[in-house]
Amino acid sequence: MAEPLLSVKGLAKRFGGVNATSDLHLDVMPGEIHAVIGPNGAGKTTLIAQLSGMLKPDQGTIVFDGADITRLSAAARSKRGLARSFQVTSVFRDFTATDNVVLSIQAHSGHSFRFWQPVRKETELYDAARRVLDQVGLKDRAGELAGVLSHGEQRRLEIAMALATGPKLLLLDEPLAGMGPEDSARMARFLGTLKGRYTILLIEHDMDVVFALADRITVLDYGQAIASGTPEEIHADPEVRRAYLGEDSLDEEGGATGC
Amino acid sequence: MNLRAHATPRSLFTFAVLALCALMPFIAPAIGQDYYVDVFIRIMIWAIAAVSLNLILGYGGMVSFGHAMFLGLGAYTVGILSYYEIYSAFIQWPLALLIGAVVSLGVGAICLRTKGVYFIMITLAFAQMIYFLGVSADEYGSDDGLIIDERSQLGGVLDLDDGLTFYYVVFAFLLLSLFIVKRLVNARFGMVIKGIRSNEDRMQAIGFPTYRYKLACFVIAGVLGTLAGILFANFEKFISPDMMYWTRSGEMIFMVVLGGMGSLFGPVSGAVVYLFLSEFLSNITEQWHIIFGPFLILVVIFARGGIDGLLGGKRRHHG
Repeated sequence: MAEPLLSVKGLAKRFGGVNATSDLHLDVMPGEIHAVIGPNGAGKTTLIAQLSGMLKPDQGTIVFDGADITRLSAAARSKRGLARSFQVTSVFRDFTATDNVVLSIQAHSGHSFRFWQPVRKETELYDAARRVLDQVGLKDRAGELAGVLSHGEQRRLEIAMALATGPKLLLLDEPLAGMGPEDSARMARFLGTLKGRYTILLIEHDMDVVFALADRITVLDYGQAIASGTPEEIHADPEVRRAYLGEDSLDEEGGATGC
Repeated sequence: MNLRAHATPRSLFTFAVLALCALMPFIAPAIGQDYYVDVFIRIMIWAIAAVSLNLILGYGGMVSFGHAMFLGLGAYTVGILSYYEIYSAFIQWPLALLIGAVVSLGVGAICLRTKGVYFIMITLAFAQMIYFLGVSADEYGSDDGLIIDERSQLGGVLDLDDGLTFYYVVFAFLLLSLFIVKRLVNARFGMVIKGIRSNEDRMQAIGFPTYRYKLACFVIAGVLGTLAGILFANFEKFISPDMMYWTRSGEMIFMVVLGGMGSLFGPVSGAVVYLFLSEFLSNITEQWHIIFGPFLILVVIFARGGIDGLLGGKRRHHG
């Protein structure tokens, strides 16, 4: 059996009396799309924050690509190939779309204590940025300030910035958040094109998208993984029915994933 | 290169101000207002200080309320060495800049652990500490300050006691600081600094250890601020704790905000307008701050890009 790319063991995080994460175990295998689902307040965003290094866990270990990264900073994790997108769009609003991506690439091509040469002359940075923007369908918007892009476009820029770091693992925190049907469908199609090319840990509320894309699904409830398995197994799991999907919605979901 | 082809109100204004600075020693006597030469030296020195503050405040988004401490460090190094009759600029200036670098490294290392209001307060606290150090230095005149007998000596290369020479040395340093900041903010380093102002969490998420970049920026600004202090002591031939009182730090922030945060030339415009306005208004009434205060509030509300914004510089802060 292959080694997991990301292995979370016994992770715990408390806020006051609330167990946001408690004794959480999770393995992400290379090449898979691993979805994490769960009701609001189940601890999904807290999990992403701990995986990306924005929050330090109280207990447990996070092993990524063979190394213990539990105590590493967010920047150091990014350097090792762990990239994240944010649930609430987090781009550099007063930078152009291109410069947003350029910054991402710059972070991973040597240090930036370069005080004298204009960055605009580093054509390879800009060529690479254009390729990434093309990939997410933002080529025509490259020169616009990120702040004036539409919500859907900003969401795609968000992903582009993560992709531009050349990650081994993508942590996508609700990439479809706040999108209309058209943008959602487009984003879902785009995520489909990443399948097989990237290892992805996906947090998403849209069950159609999750069941269509994911190779494996882990269900969180009260900060714990209550089930983990293929989409079919998750569907059949009685505990998941109780905790999350609910009897009624499960019947509907059954129809949706049948196709 | 294509300056003429791209002549905008903004570039014309920059050109006009720099031309005025370059030619003032000839204009002032011609219009019978010789004291304008001194006014402009003061403006240019403050402009250097404001340009250095703009690097951290305007480009980096770090609101330091203690920048006057570097002015003081530069001035006091020159003053104290002169007190011991060490006048050589080749000793005074490198030593002052070194002290500026070491202090900004130490102060920055601590202050940059904090953000927002805490950063403002802790930089202010450090500046006040250094201010009171000056007040308590009885040997060097404490409150009353210290008179400097001679300007820094450049070993026969240049004679700073010659008014015209000194004027152009200050002018050259102003151009040099503008040039340095221009290169910095357009280089990789500047991208990082501007990125941190825009969204620091995101910078960390894409892989930048932001703390060390902010610290480097703080030190560069501190050293440039120290340079302004060196020139200040030489100009006034006098040092006193007053030049690093917290209101001085506040004035520098005024200049940067007035000129336009995060624009290269903004702080120079800000220094020009601020010093002229304070000169002009204080001739009218002693309570000139009553007029100046509301003016500044209006600038902040209606012209968020400051003078640079009014001249069509690109807006930096979007909703």
